[in-house]
Amino acid sequence: MTSSEIREEILDILENIAPDEDLSDLTDDVAFVDQLELDSMDFLDIVMELRKRHRVQIPEEDYTELASMASTVAYLTPLMKDMQKA
Amino acid sequence: MIASGGTSQLPENQRIVISGIGLTAPNGNDWAEFRSNILAGKSGVSEYEIRYVGKTLAGICDFDVKRYQSRKDTRRGTRAGSVGIYSANEAVKHAGLDWENIDRSRVGMYIGVTEHGNVETENEIFELQGFDYDTSFWSHHHNPRTVANNPAGEVALNMGITGPHYTIGAACAAGNAGLIQGAQMLRLNECDVAIAGGVSESIHTFGIFASFKSQGALASHDDPTKASRPFDTQRNGIVVAEGGCLFVLERLDDAKRRGATIYGELVGYAMNTDATDFVLPNSDRQAECVALALKKAGLKAEQIDIVSTHATGTSLGDAQECAALRRAFGGCEKTLFNNTKSLIGHAMGAAGALELSGNLASFQDGVCHATINVDELDPECALEGLVINEPRETGRPRFILNNSFGMLGINSVVIIERI
Repeated sequence: MTSSEIREEILDILENIAPDEDLSDLTDDVAFVDQLELDSMDFLDIVMELRKRHRVQIPEEDYTELASMASTVAYLTPLMKDMQKA
Repeated sequence: MIASGGTSQLPENQRIVISGIGLTAPNGNDWAEFRSNILAGKSGVSEYEIRYVGKTLAGICDFDVKRYQSRKDTRRGTRAGSVGIYSANEAVKHAGLDWENIDRSRVGMYIGVTEHGNVETENEIFELQGFDYDTSFWSHHHNPRTVANNPAGEVALNMGITGPHYTIGAACAAGNAGLIQGAQMLRLNECDVAIAGGVSESIHTFGIFASFKSQGALASHDDPTKASRPFDTQRNGIVVAEGGCLFVLERLDDAKRRGATIYGELVGYAMNTDATDFVLPNSDRQAECVALALKKAGLKAEQIDIVSTHATGTSLGDAQECAALRRAFGGCEKTLFNNTKSLIGHAMGAAGALELSGNLASFQDGVCHATINVDELDPECALEGLVINEPRETGRPRFILNNSFGMLGINSVVIIERI
């Protein structure tokens, strides 16, 4: 998957996790928590969805990499580069 | 103690009244709609399908979940939580409480459930099957969804209630048990407002249907609206229903002070235990529970105007309750009996509270609602005063007695007086 495809995938996951939020003006380099109502359980949902959809295992010490869209995509790109978009 | 005749001699700060009713039932999403459909004999039972069991029947609620919850809240929480949140918010609104300014550390939540956690666990296991039972795919939401205090806790979260919250497990006696617990806590001054009653999400667990079916106690009928038929010779079991009914309870002096409308006073209650069988009821203990509630209220059986029966539509259970009622009310010429489950099915943890609220309106409209679907009355259930198929004018009833019994032999009775 390309970085752009990974971003689309994260957006799709966020739409499920935060269905009341408007994601159209999400700013990639601003932390999710500063623009969305997300808590720790929501971040665990992101981790779980990536695991379920792509079998991506994110170790707990790397959870901070999921702070913003930009950091999430940067972290996932090498892990998911050989995967196909579903 | 309470003096004979039911007029409470307790000080007003020990007398507990109902000042608000919020509910969702398979045939109504507020008290007025519920009552109207009950009096019209409109059943809330319909066709239903659930995994593994397939096609069956159920009482399904269609309340507006989003009235009090965001989509995210409903995604994270449980159906029991949503039922509770809707019912509690509606009850507070109905009570006319000044919710924005009330001290919410003095509000207590007492919600009865038959069971909790089955729905969520079944869903997770179903999901896990797709991952070859690898538990690393098990949801982190499982524990907060299945802890036994979940429904009451979700309501507390939603409404910012910081007083005590309890979910009371009491099988199908839970609706009354929640009410009783709320009253006790008010009398102990543990809270100033109690939101109390019961909820059920049970139609979302295949296990409850499958277990009743294995037990030979799951109702079936070509016409869903005729499937729940307590006291009829052709009854063949229980129609499982979801729903919720929560009452706002207050001490009489507090309710009077704020000019609240009072829908009834809890003048007597009792809970006891069969201690004889896992599932089979015990009519002796049921009769003793009724007698104990009457004694606590200082009432004689003949003073009760309406008995809201528990009967679920099982062959044995209905007959056993009628045996208990004959013992408790034999010779009481004016006492009427009815059954709300015939209209909505068995709403499990919500049943006792919903059935009480379905009858409570008779204090205002003077009508005893009917037990529907009694085409051929079983002689074993032929109680004098059983109101079947057509509602009956009652004048101005003063006392309603509400039965609610459950598995493992848990019995509960409450008596409400019009004041």
